[in-house]
Amino acid sequence: MHKILQKIRPVMVITRREVRDQLRDWRIIIPVLFLTIFFPYLMNFTAQQMLDFVSQYGASVIGERLVPFLLMIVGFFPISVSLVIALETFVGEKERGSIEPLLNTPLEDWQLYLGKLLSSVVPPLVASYLGMTVYLAGLAIKNVPLPEFPMLAQIFALTTVQAVVMVSGAVVVSSQATSVRATNLLASFIVIPVAFLIQGESVVMFWGNYDSLWWVVAGLVILTFLLMRVGLAHFQREELLGREIDVLNIKWMWRTFWQAFVGGAQNVWSWFRQVMSEGVKELRFSIAAMTVIGAVGIWLGTSLVKPFYFSLGDAPLENLQGRLDLLTELFPIFGIGPVLMIWWQNVRVMILAMILGVFSIGVLGTLPLFASMGVAGYLGGLLTAQGLPLSTYLLFLLPHGVIEIPAVIIGSAAVLQMGLVQATPNADKTVGEVWLMSLAKWLRVMLGVVIPLLLIAAAVEAWVTPLVLKSLV
Amino acid sequence: MIFAEDLTKQFDDFTAVDGINLNVPQGNVLVLLGPNGAGKTTTVRMLTSILRPSRGTAQVAGYDVVKQASQVRSVVGVLTEQHGLYGRMDADEYLDFFGQLYGLEKDQSRKRSHDLLERFGLAVDRKKRLSTYSKGMRQKLSLARALLHQPPVLLLDEPTSAMDPESSRMVRDAISGLRSADRTIILCTHNLAEAEELADQVAIIRKGKVIRWGLLASLKQELLGPTEFEAQLSTHVDGWMGQLPEGVQLTSREQNRLRFRIFNPQTTNPILLRKLLEDQLNVVSFQEVPHNLENAYIEAVRLAMQAEKED
Repeated sequence: MHKILQKIRPVMVITRREVRDQLRDWRIIIPVLFLTIFFPYLMNFTAQQMLDFVSQYGASVIGERLVPFLLMIVGFFPISVSLVIALETFVGEKERGSIEPLLNTPLEDWQLYLGKLLSSVVPPLVASYLGMTVYLAGLAIKNVPLPEFPMLAQIFALTTVQAVVMVSGAVVVSSQATSVRATNLLASFIVIPVAFLIQGESVVMFWGNYDSLWWVVAGLVILTFLLMRVGLAHFQREELLGREIDVLNIKWMWRTFWQAFVGGAQNVWSWFRQVMSEGVKELRFSIAAMTVIGAVGIWLGTSLVKPFYFSLGDAPLENLQGRLDLLTELFPIFGIGPVLMIWWQNVRVMILAMILGVFSIGVLGTLPLFASMGVAGYLGGLLTAQGLPLSTYLLFLLPHGVIEIPAVIIGSAAVLQMGLVQATPNADKTVGEVWLMSLAKWLRVMLGVVIPLLLIAAAVEAWVTPLVLKSLV
Repeated sequence: MIFAEDLTKQFDDFTAVDGINLNVPQGNVLVLLGPNGAGKTTTVRMLTSILRPSRGTAQVAGYDVVKQASQVRSVVGVLTEQHGLYGRMDADEYLDFFGQLYGLEKDQSRKRSHDLLERFGLAVDRKKRLSTYSKGMRQKLSLARALLHQPPVLLLDEPTSAMDPESSRMVRDAISGLRSADRTIILCTHNLAEAEELADQVAIIRKGKVIRWGLLASLKQELLGPTEFEAQLSTHVDGWMGQLPEGVQLTSREQNRLRFRIFNPQTTNPILLRKLLEDQLNVVSFQEVPHNLENAYIEAVRLAMQAEKED
């Protein structure tokens, strides 16, 4: 315990200094004071006016839902200051020349990083809590019914994780950028997703689906840990002092990407062999994880049949042979159109997984596979519950599924791997460098394995699956 | 105390430091002399474990700069060109902050801060905001910060660069007072007067390479040849063509001044003086012309450029 405290001590020293510095800066204090004291009064007034207005028309439910929503807004505005502080935390010191003495001390990287992170998040968060307390006190004075305790806890938790997520992201940007100007320009990568998040949360709140917000809290907690991990994994004292200006170095970017993509192969055949062996081998952990996620998806899908059951009548079994005849007419053997249509649909899903993965350090890249498996499980459960034999259902899926499902698992694993690589300690490489390399590796696996497999699967789905079904059903 | 072998730092396609070897014993002051961009700061940053060498090894106070980075930083005091103070703090707060980061106890840190502020003449201004300090005061406070944990090794990177003469004198005096038998100092500068005043050893760096390295006196002798002596006369020397003793060369002659290069002054100087007096030259003074580090530096660079051309 003593050892842990000794390790934590420098973190607190850094945090204390930075917080003290912020408290001496009127440019931080005045807006925070305004947002803490006056803004909640404004929101009290707004809440009161809205409640009075909507109650005239008997729409009191809108007023009731507005009260917690405004509480969230009161809490959010002060934490937006944390973004500004965090964005300049490393790079600002670099520009002022005060970072080098700090880097020369025996501090470990994580101590410096954590100290900076805490110092950016604590004062705005305290201001945020104060603001929310003032708002709630105002409501109480005006006899407006306060939200229930679980909801209050939820909104305080949401505010806290939002602040920590923003700061974690901003500190990553600040430790990797070369100037305050660069961080300001990069801030949109944090502001835009958070703005979407707030809008989503607002919809959920007005919908009254408060339990869903706990999932948001859980997701943000995971994202916070991942962002901290990424920030620490690529924190480099050297980079903080080394680079002076940001230049869009297309040549370097292309070289980095190409080297990772080619992987030293001499020709297309050796590249292909390399992708098949090393490329897929590298993904073994992610493939295992995606297989488990897919299996969980199926299980969850089947388990949702009971709560979301609806009758299809006789439709599933009615004139199955006739329908299969129609299907084979629509998908004639060796007709290329349906194959390309199915193939492009699956490729699009894989691209969507990649885009989701990029914005969530790989996590959301697992969703398309999880959702598809969930739907497959649910459909299977629903159809078999209404008389379709499981073997028939499997015949619909398996001829092409034995190729398509592994392809999608490998493609999703490549997205998950992008996030894992970002979060793996590698002080020799910057976040940008690792990102480019992992994108190249994703493309390697896509071009070398997933896309060809999906094409084969699409051909089987269009040409073989209906025939197999026709002959066996 | 400080040892480096084949120390190299590569930034993409640019080699900032190229195979530097250093060996600075305890108690010595090594001056790294070179123009801006020669690789001095990069060398210092590698020795403080901030930059990771691309090749080679270095040890500071027995610690490896790559494998024992944290230990290296705890035994090194660094003064950088940019003072890097926090403008909203006062001197006490600033030193207290760094004292805590270096793991000093509060009382110990306060006592040392107090002593250092007294020593550098900053005690009166200890409660003033650091943003109000002059450049010289800021650099002296940075020096106090570098000394706070009593490091056996000091790395001073262009401490007087871009300073007015008064401030740089202030800082130079402070550095001069830091010499001690158990403290090893590396000073990077392109200020030759500063180097001459403080150095035991000098390493001249050019384009990331050490082109000359040695004790100050021997380096001068190596580059500029034997010591020169000058005779100041009360009469003109026009037409004097006296026979010079063995081991003496006449290097320049002006109206009432003669300059000689003398290989063995101990034995040759009395003979030469006697000869001048015998030749009816009225000697007013006879003294050594000190070798100038500036000339030695220029000569070293000239030789290096010549070698580069030949390559």
